[in-house]
Amino acid sequence: MSTVQPAPPILRAERLTKKFGGLIAVSDVSFEIPARSIVSLIGPNGAGKTTFFNMLTGLIRPTSGRITLDGANITRARPDVITNRGVARTFQNIRLFGAMTAVENVMVGRHARMRAGLLGAVVRPPRVRGEERAARERARELLGYVGLATSSFERFASQLPYGDQRRVEIARALATEPSLLLLDEPTAGMNPAESAALVGFMRRLRDDLDLTILLIEHDMKVVMGVSERVTVLDYGRKIAEADPATVRADPVVIKAYLGTEG
Amino acid sequence: MTALLPAWWSRVLAAALVVFGVLLPFGFGTASGFMNATIIALAFAVMSLGLNIVVGVAGLLDLGYVAFYAIGAYAVGWFGSEFFSRVNVHVLVSPVVSELPGIHLSFLLILVAAAAICAAAGVVIGLPTLRLRGDYIAIVTLAFGEIIGVVAVNGQSISLGGGMTLTAGNLGISAVDEPYIPGIGSFGLLDLRPWYWLIFAILLVALFVNLRIRDSRLGRAWVALREDEVAAVSMGIPLVRTKLLAYAMGAAFGGMSGAFLGTYYTEVNAGQFQFGFSIFILAMVIIGGLGSIWGAVTGGLLLGYINNWLIPDVLNNLPSAFGFSFQLTQVEFGIFGFLLVITMVLRPQGLLPERRRRQELTAAIPAEDSQLSTGPEDAA
Repeated sequence: MSTVQPAPPILRAERLTKKFGGLIAVSDVSFEIPARSIVSLIGPNGAGKTTFFNMLTGLIRPTSGRITLDGANITRARPDVITNRGVARTFQNIRLFGAMTAVENVMVGRHARMRAGLLGAVVRPPRVRGEERAARERARELLGYVGLATSSFERFASQLPYGDQRRVEIARALATEPSLLLLDEPTAGMNPAESAALVGFMRRLRDDLDLTILLIEHDMKVVMGVSERVTVLDYGRKIAEADPATVRADPVVIKAYLGTEG
Repeated sequence: MTALLPAWWSRVLAAALVVFGVLLPFGFGTASGFMNATIIALAFAVMSLGLNIVVGVAGLLDLGYVAFYAIGAYAVGWFGSEFFSRVNVHVLVSPVVSELPGIHLSFLLILVAAAAICAAAGVVIGLPTLRLRGDYIAIVTLAFGEIIGVVAVNGQSISLGGGMTLTAGNLGISAVDEPYIPGIGSFGLLDLRPWYWLIFAILLVALFVNLRIRDSRLGRAWVALREDEVAAVSMGIPLVRTKLLAYAMGAAFGGMSGAFLGTYYTEVNAGQFQFGFSIFILAMVIIGGLGSIWGAVTGGLLLGYINNWLIPDVLNNLPSAFGFSFQLTQVEFGIFGFLLVITMVLRPQGLLPERRRRQELTAAIPAEDSQLSTGPEDAA
């Protein structure tokens, strides 16, 4: 589609708008994510970041505009279909399945990559047994990869400490085998050391798993440290888009978001 | 249950229970009141298992479950009696029955038909509730149950042509065929043992299916939807299909049990399908332990025995011993309500809680708070 860019965008949003009654949450935002990049979406509270995220993942249908993933139109696709096509996400306020164990949570993430239906579940032929075993092993691998202690694997998600819940949520998202990972404020509630570790972890994710990462973040240190490109939303509009250093120096952004101290 | 015992132990226990279940009728009279109560209690346990899928596992509060009892029972009325007297269809029935007018299918076929029709009805009731949550689902399902009940009562005015109607209303469709096994004969009401073994087998099938689904991709998807719908669909679970499958599965077991009871009572009467019955089955699920398979069976058997044996046969005249002039059967719903309240106070997680619910109720303190409690005040 785009002839200018060297790496074709994995995701492209064109003139995306969302109105809730009279409120325009997201207004005419166009946005591209180059493959294998880490890009950030920032903006003051209520700028429309999460609404934008929810449109990309199909939880909210845009009022107008178009979203394409690898060239395929996913504008009105259901969330599970979008996940199936390779978009995974985490949530700002962690949304784990509290009454399921860490391993089970991640196994739910495997849902789209498994086949067994009702009959398979009841009859349980060798194919289903194998699939189930593989899903369990993969879940344990992923939990190890995100750094959860083995002793916590079979604990209920609601009983895990906050930091571990964040880990399980990322493992669950990775279990869907995404090509694009959306992280909604992953450092919320983390101390500076944990945030710094997360920056390293995101890079490792991208390099190990060939992932593209879109990040909503409030911690400027994280945003500036990890992003190759930063997009700034304010009152639902895109007011800037550039590399971190340029955005940091942009007077419009400073006025809207960083305040006068920047 | 399985979590407490090593795998081989639970197998031994299961095998012992099956053997005990198969041999049980030899300890009682072939037509005793206790056998009769046991048969009905087993049928209730099957319904309880079905409703548990919808309410306990998938978290969709269904207050119209009686509808599937009704539809299952009418499957027997329609396909196993002289009700549709202008039609003559006979499939694998006893020589006596094959001389009669009407549709007469083998009971096993009726069982399958009842499950299939109820599954379809489950989808129909599921569709309008897909966008709803919690209490609103309960209202829609309640209305559905009432609609089916009213249709059953007024069905005698719904003409299907040729003088045939949809139901016989409060007159009831009677002279329902007994199950017939070629070479052995028909079930009779003087020897209840075959009925017992039949419903015991149906219960075992229902149990097996429930246990297999619990630890499967589908079972996890149901629990995930119950826990957090938004997160579940974001993890790739198709909402519509998964929810409708829960409704359909739950309804199918209600239909099978309903078909059995329709045959066993030898009559399908619209008066049987009251709203109170939905609550009765729901009480079994809750007293047993929401979401727990063994709990659903226990709750079903317990309330089944209390309703059909303990109250009418054993304790019925108890009030007169204290000088009261009523019988215990007259206040049975009060007794069930009382039991429900007692359970909620003393054991809110149910008799045999699901391990997930158990941790919810015992570990109510969030993780963050428990970490805080090991903070400065411990040192002080």
